[in-house]
Amino acid sequence: MRLGSALESEQLRDRIISQRNSDRTCIITSVGTCGLARGAADVARAIYQTISDFNLKDSVDVRTTGCHGFCEIEPVVLIYPEGILYQHVTPADIPEIISESVIKKNVVERLLYHDFSTGKNIIHEQDIPFYNKQNRLILGNNRFIAPNNIDDYIALGGYSALVKALFEMTPQQVLDEVKESNLRGRGGGGFPTGVKWESCRNAPARDGIRYVICNADEGDPGAYMDRSLVEGNPHSIIEGMIIGAYAIDSHEGYVYIRHEYPLAAQNLAIALEQAREYGFLGEDILGSGFRFDIKITKGGGAFVCGESTALMASLEGRIGEPRFKHIHSTERGLYGRPSNLNNVETWANVPIIINRGAGWYRQIGTDGSKGTKIFSLVGKINNTGLVEVPMGISIREMIYDIGGGIPGGREFKAVQTGGPSGGCIPKSLVDISVDFDRLAKVGSMMGSGGMIVMDEGTCMVDVAKYFISFLTEESCGKCIPCREGLDRMLDILTDITEGRGKEEDVELLEELGDVMQETSLCGLGSTAANPVLSTIRYFRDEYDAHIKEKRCPAGVCKELITFTIDGEKCNGCRVCARECPQGAISGEKKEVHHIDQEKCIKCGLCRDNCKFDAVTVS
Amino acid sequence: MKNECDVVEVIINKYGGNHDSVIAILQDIQSEYHYLPETALRVVAKNLELPLIQVYGVATFFKAFSLKPRGEHLIKLCVGTACHVRGAQPALDEVKRQLGIEAGETTEDMMFTLETVNCLGACALGPIMVVGEEYHGEMSPKKIKKILSDYKKATRSRRHDEIRVGT
Ligand SMILES: Cc1cc2nc3c(=O)[nH]c(=O)nc-3n(C[C@H](O)[C@H](O)[C@H](O)COP(=O)(O)O)c2cc1C
Ligand code: FES
Repeated sequence: MRLGSALESEQLRDRIISQRNSDRTCIITSVGTCGLARGAADVARAIYQTISDFNLKDSVDVRTTGCHGFCEIEPVVLIYPEGILYQHVTPADIPEIISESVIKKNVVERLLYHDFSTGKNIIHEQDIPFYNKQNRLILGNNRFIAPNNIDDYIALGGYSALVKALFEMTPQQVLDEVKESNLRGRGGGGFPTGVKWESCRNAPARDGIRYVICNADEGDPGAYMDRSLVEGNPHSIIEGMIIGAYAIDSHEGYVYIRHEYPLAAQNLAIALEQAREYGFLGEDILGSGFRFDIKITKGGGAFVCGESTALMASLEGRIGEPRFKHIHSTERGLYGRPSNLNNVETWANVPIIINRGAGWYRQIGTDGSKGTKIFSLVGKINNTGLVEVPMGISIREMIYDIGGGIPGGREFKAVQTGGPSGGCIPKSLVDISVDFDRLAKVGSMMGSGGMIVMDEGTCMVDVAKYFISFLTEESCGKCIPCREGLDRMLDILTDITEGRGKEEDVELLEELGDVMQETSLCGLGSTAANPVLSTIRYFRDEYDAHIKEKRCPAGVCKELITFTIDGEKCNGCRVCARECPQGAISGEKKEVHHIDQEKCIKCGLCRDNCKFDAVTVS
Repeated sequence: MKNECDVVEVIINKYGGNHDSVIAILQDIQSEYHYLPETALRVVAKNLELPLIQVYGVATFFKAFSLKPRGEHLIKLCVGTACHVRGAQPALDEVKRQLGIEAGETTEDMMFTLETVNCLGACALGPIMVVGEEYHGEMSPKKIKKILSDYKKATRSRRHDEIRVGT
């Protein structure tokens, strides 16, 4: 059914809402990629099966959604309207959940979230500390939306911002509203979105064609908020793009999505189809006379294709190499035409700004950074997941209040933000507030919002080497400073981690970094040295330990560590000797074992398998 | 290779023979054959009227493409940042040791191909290993040994059955 006017779309919303009864029980389970990796598909199947076994089909709704954000406790089952949350659910738990919680209205105590800090179980989702410290403006709707059902999105007010923009505002007013909101791009650079839109709109278009593009390449390893948004709430991005296109005067849009995200691409394709059916996309949208449509293009797995000019080259079917940006893509981008590229999360902010107004939006955040930002809190942290917080929150609040601290009572050491272009922030700066400008000042950057937490068991030189080897592989090789500079850096870092480091190496790394920063063609090369420079800045002592004492303080760098067996703790159970792939461990049963250092390949299997903590690393 | 050419042509036609579809076309061919056969690249170049070097350039630039045939099970081990700090390196070492191949290689019996990827977007469960379409989370060398030997056993017995049925 194609909707022909603003009125018809409001009538549709009323009809959807009136057919839904908010008192009716709804069982919600998330089947995003991380949920699926923990068996959520079987949980969902069990729910449908049990509902039909219990003959509850007519009185209970089931909704399978995208990620809710708290990956650590997946698979999750929510019971609405009560808002009960069950964690780590298996298919075998489903009959009990349904008979107890749905029919008898009791709570299944053993499946509740357990708060270790208070020692109590928590029944309701909104009382869990991980959630209640957040402001989930963008991500919060994921749990109420089945991504393959546009009606869910409409019931929550979806596409009302589009109606407002098309029928109550001129393109100029939409543009002004976004400019006034001070929304800054969430893809890394933090460029003011409204300013970008304006320059694209004002750029002369030879044949009247301008493009609007969504960057869903999400190349930063460890960041997955864009996946979760496209997967869980694709219409919010589509709506944002249509509004942007209206402001910019564009009729063709693209979403460039990485091929590692098959589920996201699939959900987006379904969403586009449904949006077309209702007439939110296509010719004469809602009878307004405005036309716009969106195509999906899948990336080929190259990090550099997240960069704007490389992305556009790849959209044209060419090798994804960046070009020199003396002319901006907003003037000459895809097929030489004015093109406006924004990140997934940036687009998802747009409907909110139009609906609530720039003034409301500007109240959230800090002076220079408005609104919320989604971070992926991963690595050595108890509550792994996606967290959406107002800009300006401190790293301490993120790691301890929301993230629940470091596992195993270990010591927090640093947090890496901004992906391969970012830097490491040490424990001493844990109280800084997180926004675009503050992070840049301490030598890191916001990037796409990856926050990789590291503890005392993480070697900072190894981390620097990790990023440089990632970038060496991903550098497209077009410009010399990036290609050769990264190669040299990797050589030097490898030498340091393998015990061949020289005193002057650190200075050489800094010098190389400076040259790369100043002379590389694109953002990949010019920011590539950040992980090295920031670890040198804050963890110089670790570099010195590797170079001068040939020692890896964190016990990570293989060439600099030895595994030995602690005679006090070893009870001679022979488990390590059986596991050792090299046959390097000798010792009779019930006698202390011994590792032959000549044969040992330092794989760590003995340590991982020892139940008595008898294998020590030094 | 007649058959192969037909398949490739159907794919090309689906995209209306557009130059800018070359990546999408190669993706479809790859999902059909799990790699890009040389003949396929030639047909694409000819039909799209592109120099072969340009098609070859795209095929070698992007990580998603392989010019070599792949094994029955494609193992993707995530070495993204989150997985790295949670021990992806020892996990990778273990897979390599179990299969006797390096990343990017295929076992001689064509059973496994090993590839590393940078983030599959399931960082909470790192280190992550995907075999075919199946996601395995929180990988330790010990778990890997078990999972791979399960795959090996299942594949061997299936291949064995196929041979018996065939004869
Ligand atoms: C090497 C490199 C990789 C990038 N990868 C991404 C990415 O994966 N996703 C993204 O949104 N932006 C990425 N960017 C930033 C984009 O170039 C661009 O600035 C951004 O998509 C613009 O959208 P925004 O203004 O909404 O942030 C990358 C930049 C560079 C230099
Ligand atoms: S870093 Fe491995 S899944 Fe994200």
